[in-house]
Amino acid sequence: MSQTRQYELVYIVSPDASEQAVADLHTQIEQIVQRFNGTLDKTENWGRRKLAYEIGHAREGTYVIETITGSGEMVKEIDRRLRVTDTIIRHLTVRVDDDLRVAERLRTERKETQARRRTARGLPPEPLPSERRGDRDDNDSDDMGLEGAEGVR
Amino acid sequence: MSGERGGGRGRGKKDDKDKAKGDRPRGGGFFRRRRVCKFCADKIDYIDYKDVKLLSGFVPERGKVLPRRMFGTCAEHQRKLTLAIKRARNIALLPFAAD
Repeated sequence: MSQTRQYELVYIVSPDASEQAVADLHTQIEQIVQRFNGTLDKTENWGRRKLAYEIGHAREGTYVIETITGSGEMVKEIDRRLRVTDTIIRHLTVRVDDDLRVAERLRTERKETQARRRTARGLPPEPLPSERRGDRDDNDSDDMGLEGAEGVR
Repeated sequence: MSGERGGGRGRGKKDDKDKAKGDRPRGGGFFRRRRVCKFCADKIDYIDYKDVKLLSGFVPERGKVLPRRMFGTCAEHQRKLTLAIKRARNIALLPFAAD
């Protein structure tokens, strides 16, 4: 007996491969998934993207992300197939169901705590859009790199 | 437990340290950013390894994973961040080492 779990599969197709080849690969994976009674929940095609480093001689590749629910054997088979396919320059399978569940739990817990505290203070459980706090500096993201390094020492 | 805290020695030194830690503007007109874990502040529960935009903010040009003290991330999120960076490297979204 095998359990069904949710996985995220990312693969990079060689830049030499045609659109048709990418589509073929997708149907191949779909077939494997069906054979193992899994479901293909979502497919995302990022299109051609520059790689952060050279793999083989490729400097860019087509990224495809598939969200799959199925057994471990299914993943094993997909993994094997992708490994022997020449047009795939890299692939990665990550199990995501646990992480997403944890994230979901944290989110609901936070909401509950917020609601409880707010009702204790005699406020409506949901914050109104008008009472958003303005003390968060939103330009946080663009001053990361070097200034962080400056802060230490 | 004895050292730094209680001892009268190094009193001046301690003051200096306190000042450096504060988030008030300092002599040079620098604002020390308040050290809050970005993921806690933004309520990001799941650090997605595919989110290059988010991750690249926590990776210097060279591509290293930096210690927590650099960005003030909390232990939990630093762990998740490290994992996400490693996954992203695997699929060439982030560099292992830039040349």
